[in-house]
Amino acid sequence: MAKFSGMKINPKHFHRSQIKFFAVLIPMAFFVSLPMLFIISHAFKPMNELFAFPPRFLVRRPTFDNFRNLVSVASNSGIPFSRYVFNSLLVTSIGVFLSILVTTMAAYALSKLKFKGKKLLFEINTLALMFVPIAVTIPRYLTIARLGLIDRYLVLILPLIAMPVGLFLVKQFIDQTPNEVIESAKIDGASEMQIYLRIILPIIAPAVATVGILSFQLIWNDVVGSTLYVDDESMKTLSFYFSTLASLVGNPVAGQGMMAAASLIMFVPNIVIFIFLQNKVMNTMAHSGLK
Amino acid sequence: MIRKMNGPWWFLTPYIILFATFIVIPVLLAVGLSFTYFNTIETPEFIGLRNYIELLTRDEVFMQHVLPNTIRFAFIVGPIGYIMSFLLAWMLSQIPHRPRTLLAIVLYSPSMTAGVAMAVVWTVLFSGNATGYLNAWLLNVGLVQEPIQFLTSPQYLMNIMIVVSLWGSMGVGFLAMLAGIMNIDQTLYEAAYMDGLKNRWQEIFYITIPSMKPQMLFGAVMAVVGTFQVGAIGVQLSGANPTPQYAGQLMVNHIEDFGFIRFLMGYASAISVVLLIMIYSISKVTFSLLGERD
Repeated sequence: MAKFSGMKINPKHFHRSQIKFFAVLIPMAFFVSLPMLFIISHAFKPMNELFAFPPRFLVRRPTFDNFRNLVSVASNSGIPFSRYVFNSLLVTSIGVFLSILVTTMAAYALSKLKFKGKKLLFEINTLALMFVPIAVTIPRYLTIARLGLIDRYLVLILPLIAMPVGLFLVKQFIDQTPNEVIESAKIDGASEMQIYLRIILPIIAPAVATVGILSFQLIWNDVVGSTLYVDDESMKTLSFYFSTLASLVGNPVAGQGMMAAASLIMFVPNIVIFIFLQNKVMNTMAHSGLK
Repeated sequence: MIRKMNGPWWFLTPYIILFATFIVIPVLLAVGLSFTYFNTIETPEFIGLRNYIELLTRDEVFMQHVLPNTIRFAFIVGPIGYIMSFLLAWMLSQIPHRPRTLLAIVLYSPSMTAGVAMAVVWTVLFSGNATGYLNAWLLNVGLVQEPIQFLTSPQYLMNIMIVVSLWGSMGVGFLAMLAGIMNIDQTLYEAAYMDGLKNRWQEIFYITIPSMKPQMLFGAVMAVVGTFQVGAIGVQLSGANPTPQYAGQLMVNHIEDFGFIRFLMGYASAISVVLLIMIYSISKVTFSLLGERD
């Protein structure tokens, strides 16, 4: 009998045979994280270090100047920084909530309910996984304008709620849940909505977390909405304000520090949320297959 | 009221309305407008296939720069990003839980950065004078005599776009493949070695990939879509649309150029339709390469 020497998935302990993987993964992770380290370091550089020649990668005497400048440049241009923060938080929190609700409800129906056209709907959604929003920016704009949504908070939220990837992942996840629980609840006289709220939602918590993360990333980072669909400056979001920094700040060197600070502000919520929920995301992804 | 909510439409209606309004209608509208002349002021005028004919026969920029650029970009970033995601996931699955989680978060993190917000990092790193970090380093080490115009010279722009895109290519597909590998039944490997499997490569091709084919397919779609989604990066890096000598011009930028700069919406829509068809066909080809029917 040949000695088993194959792949060990999810080993419990470190073993010499893993060194080769670490030898690739660690340098790779280091290389990948360099731009991140750069943003962090750059964001805290005082003016004289931003101007320094030759440039130094790491900050020596960290300050919050760049962050303070972000706030003051915003108020100089007429809109207080806090307004952008408020808009972003408002739009993102409502958007994520609605996205989770709308997506999980649809996924429940596509997974567990019986009706005509179910297969077709799921296939259309699977096809839409290939949808690239940026390709139809113009007709999307025309649709939104025709609906009279321009210059409303809703326009920063609604276009981003229906996420084909989200629906796909949740539906695959619900497929794995047992039918018996649902059947017995039905016998007890529960309506389908009650089953969804009391039984399905709690079981699919990992998938909910995953849709939440994906939708958070989409809405929090979105610039298109504020750029194209909203003219009222006071309704625009943080990501939009940051995207205009280059033109707001005349001095490109001072601008760099502020932009790094801005990138950091955009990035931190994303990574923090992901770190907290990564277990749940991995759990959902296990059922992510396209069949 | 909740007690009486039965039937699928309670659940499906909100999604279907939003899906139809912001995905289906824009796509259909793009198809419709692609057969018209539309300058946003006058009503669209039907002109048949003229936009497509123009695009394929008269638009020199499209044929000489945009299309080759897009194909080159997609055929490098897509497959390399995909294979890299798979191999990294494969290695990650074979190390203990804690380091795996940490390294996976680090590798995934670039895909969470907002493209626009990151533009600053790249412009500073690749800046064309001696204050750019890469230039300063190259000068210091003595590899170059004078700073290279990374972002404005056509020969570098495309390569930098490729590197930057690859940097962010470990996204949702990567996580899916990692989860897929983690869930493969360990006994499959043991059995396969009894049956005479010889080495790691055989193991990958005969056991790992077939056992996680659904995740491989999902990852492939995500790779294709991701590749086309990041297309705008050349404009951000060089700070101009069109990019210098069209070196980094991809279809997405071409659409923007005609739609929002020249206001030729009908023509821009025709490019959109071509782009969507391209994405669809590439996904289909990828599927058949991966053996969808198995």
